[in-house]
Amino acid sequence: MTTVFELNGSAVEVDSDPDTPLLWILRDTLRLTGTKYGCGIAQCGACTVLIDGFAQRSCVTPLAAVSDASVTTIEGIDGPEAAAVQAAWREIEVPQCGYCQSGQIMTATALLRETPAPSDDDILAAMDGNLCRCATYPRIRQAVRSAAESLEG
Amino acid sequence: MAGYEPTRRAFLAATGGFTLAAVLPLKLQAQQGATGASPNAYIRIAPDNSVTVLVKHIEFGQGTWTGLTTMVAEELDASWSQMRAEHAPADRELYVNSMFGVQGTGGSSATPSSWLPMRQAGAAARAMLAQAAADMWDVPPNEIVINEGIVSHPDSGVQTSFGALADAASRIVPPSNPVLKSASDFRLIGRDLPRIEVPEKTDGTAIFSIDVFREGMLNVAVAHPPLFGGRVVSFDPNPALALPGVVRVEQIPNGIAVYAQDTWSAFRGRDALVIQWDDEGAETRSSDEIYAVWAEAARSASAIAEDVGDVDDALATAATVLQADYRFPFLVQAPLEPLDGVVELGEDRAEFWMGSQLQTGDQIAAGLVLGFPPEEVRINTMLAGGSFGRRAQPDSHFASELARVARAAGPGIYKLLWSREDDIRGGYYRPMTAHFLEGGLNAAGDIVAWRDNVASQSIYSGSFLERYVRDGVDPSSVEGAVAMPYAFPNIRVANRIMESAVPPLWWRSVGHTHAAYATETFLDELLAAGGQDPVEGRLRLLRNDAARDRGVLERVAEIAAWQGTEAGGGVARGVALHESFNTYVAMIADVSNEGGEPRVHRVWVAVDCGIPINPNIIEAQVMGAVGYGLSAALYEELTLLAGGIVDQSNFDLYRILRNSEMPNIEVSIIQSDADPTGIGEPGTPPIAPAIGNAWRVLTGAAPRRLPMVRA
Repeated sequence: MTTVFELNGSAVEVDSDPDTPLLWILRDTLRLTGTKYGCGIAQCGACTVLIDGFAQRSCVTPLAAVSDASVTTIEGIDGPEAAAVQAAWREIEVPQCGYCQSGQIMTATALLRETPAPSDDDILAAMDGNLCRCATYPRIRQAVRSAAESLEG
Repeated sequence: MAGYEPTRRAFLAATGGFTLAAVLPLKLQAQQGATGASPNAYIRIAPDNSVTVLVKHIEFGQGTWTGLTTMVAEELDASWSQMRAEHAPADRELYVNSMFGVQGTGGSSATPSSWLPMRQAGAAARAMLAQAAADMWDVPPNEIVINEGIVSHPDSGVQTSFGALADAASRIVPPSNPVLKSASDFRLIGRDLPRIEVPEKTDGTAIFSIDVFREGMLNVAVAHPPLFGGRVVSFDPNPALALPGVVRVEQIPNGIAVYAQDTWSAFRGRDALVIQWDDEGAETRSSDEIYAVWAEAARSASAIAEDVGDVDDALATAATVLQADYRFPFLVQAPLEPLDGVVELGEDRAEFWMGSQLQTGDQIAAGLVLGFPPEEVRINTMLAGGSFGRRAQPDSHFASELARVARAAGPGIYKLLWSREDDIRGGYYRPMTAHFLEGGLNAAGDIVAWRDNVASQSIYSGSFLERYVRDGVDPSSVEGAVAMPYAFPNIRVANRIMESAVPPLWWRSVGHTHAAYATETFLDELLAAGGQDPVEGRLRLLRNDAARDRGVLERVAEIAAWQGTEAGGGVARGVALHESFNTYVAMIADVSNEGGEPRVHRVWVAVDCGIPINPNIIEAQVMGAVGYGLSAALYEELTLLAGGIVDQSNFDLYRILRNSEMPNIEVSIIQSDADPTGIGEPGTPPIAPAIGNAWRVLTGAAPRRLPMVRA
């Protein structure tokens, strides 16, 4: 069965079981490997992508659910918020092992698009679903604040 | 496993008992390539002027790529902008860890074991470039100046680049004893140089093992026994084979492998298998049942690890005696990238792509499965999404499983991915451990006796490290419990090795994970019983030769403005001091009681890891290590239910620290001219006791059982 959706700005057609989690379509079928597998049950956030602009867990999102939707992955993310977030991530050197960071960056970008000047509580609420086993959490918070400030400036 | 033997040095390093000197003789192999030069096995200089360091240690977040590359660049007088890093191939001869005797990473050894050889490599390459330039310009080599990657002869005003000299330099005989800089001449070491692989970790382009795709590759999932020590009796592959995408099902020695066109099909196929398991000999006790045995054993542990004075007599005559039983759970390392890898099996050789942490052992183990000599097992070490000990297995079980998967299906290309459930339920845990402590005070309140009995599974027994288990003592079970920096007049530390079919493994800082908690919370209680302040009391107790312990304790008290355990507003402060892997760490934590659970507001850390090579990375490692220890102190516990089934399977039940639970952390690094020591692990042990000590102030009792928050 064919599913059509927009991926990083271009239309794609995928002929796969519509129950297949989007994560594995992105990774195994479309070979966009920046989106990571961490738990498979929406507990860790490593698989976070934007679906119609909202941060979603691709590991529990069936392919059928993105029919005609717009999906953005770390490979296709752009715009001022994403640029500010990625620049802050580099400047502050957030990543250690780096495995969760695509998901962290997607979540942070979605936050700043929705809430350009987030409070500390807004940041914690938004980022709390993204696990980092290296515990880069303080630098994640610092980088989100820094990105928000750079967008204001 | 013949030929896979660590040196005495490995043992001593692993127990953290002495300051080691890395003495790997530099293997200077002037290899002339078609383009560029490889002055030695660690450095490649290309005509495009890039200098690539072949890093003998896996990069899984701890910063080895940047740290080792800094050491080379320093002695080479390179420009940081021309430096690159990649993983060295698996080759024990060329890339041995001098502290292990094999190629591998662990025990916070990457920095100390590289400190001399990587600088020697850089200095040798520099001398060869200088000689090549001197030959080209027909001037004496001592008139050549190298700075920021520019090679020049100031008197004649000529200059050139490393790249332009690469070919000529490759024909120079390497110096046998290259001269190293003195620390006062360092211009890169000690700076916050940008971490090399950060850009690719912020745009999704970093390639981990899970991201390796090869033409014709099959994805594999393995059904493992539900009980530790269980075995397959029989199975029906047909329900799996009936599913789309599933192409093959094979029995391997430790389970049933499902081969599919994609990951999802492999997972679904595995779920569909019908398997009968044999539980004979499996671990069927619950965690509570196991602990009851361990606790009893700790009380009577008799294998002596350390004996000073006469502890029995001192306890018998003490004015006050305190006792405490401590319970520590099984812990899962749970790196966010689960175990995974790709193998391409040919007729007489195999190539692996995996986050190999013990390359030599993985080569040998995979070779044994496949019937190849180790050198025909090529390993491409990949960036790994964390490890915390999990990817370094003495039995190389993951490389073996990958090899078995390939062997069962024949030549071809296979990707094996453990699901999170495989990871959580897969064993190789920080072993459950019981400590029994006794302390005696004299009438003046001074500590006159200290006993610590440790009952735990042995990580070394049954592995290639077994020889280091002596007289019933596994050094990895008692590290941190022995050789404390305090001047107790009577000490006895004893071990009891316990048996279970649950495979044990190291977990970021290994024995220190439990030893630091038991010793530093019990010490705090003894100090309190003697009416002493936790910081002042420790400073008074420190031996005269414990200058570095004293240095970090004084520093942390200073940056936290320590004035006692009360911080006001319902917040209490706890302190802890613990050396591990020759790195000294002291912490102070501000903690409050929120509905019966500890809430950690702020943490101060002082760390002495010798010459700080990259303070920014040291700070990151320490903060991360604190978070890792905090996660276990508060939340982590892997439990076996009655019958031996693991109660948790994923992050919904195996709770790890989230962003909102992570305090802000201030790290102060001691400026030192001592040789650098590791920083991946030593930040983990002190956080749990710092919290426990604050909790005692808040509630009257430090928790005797971790984690402090249980479901």
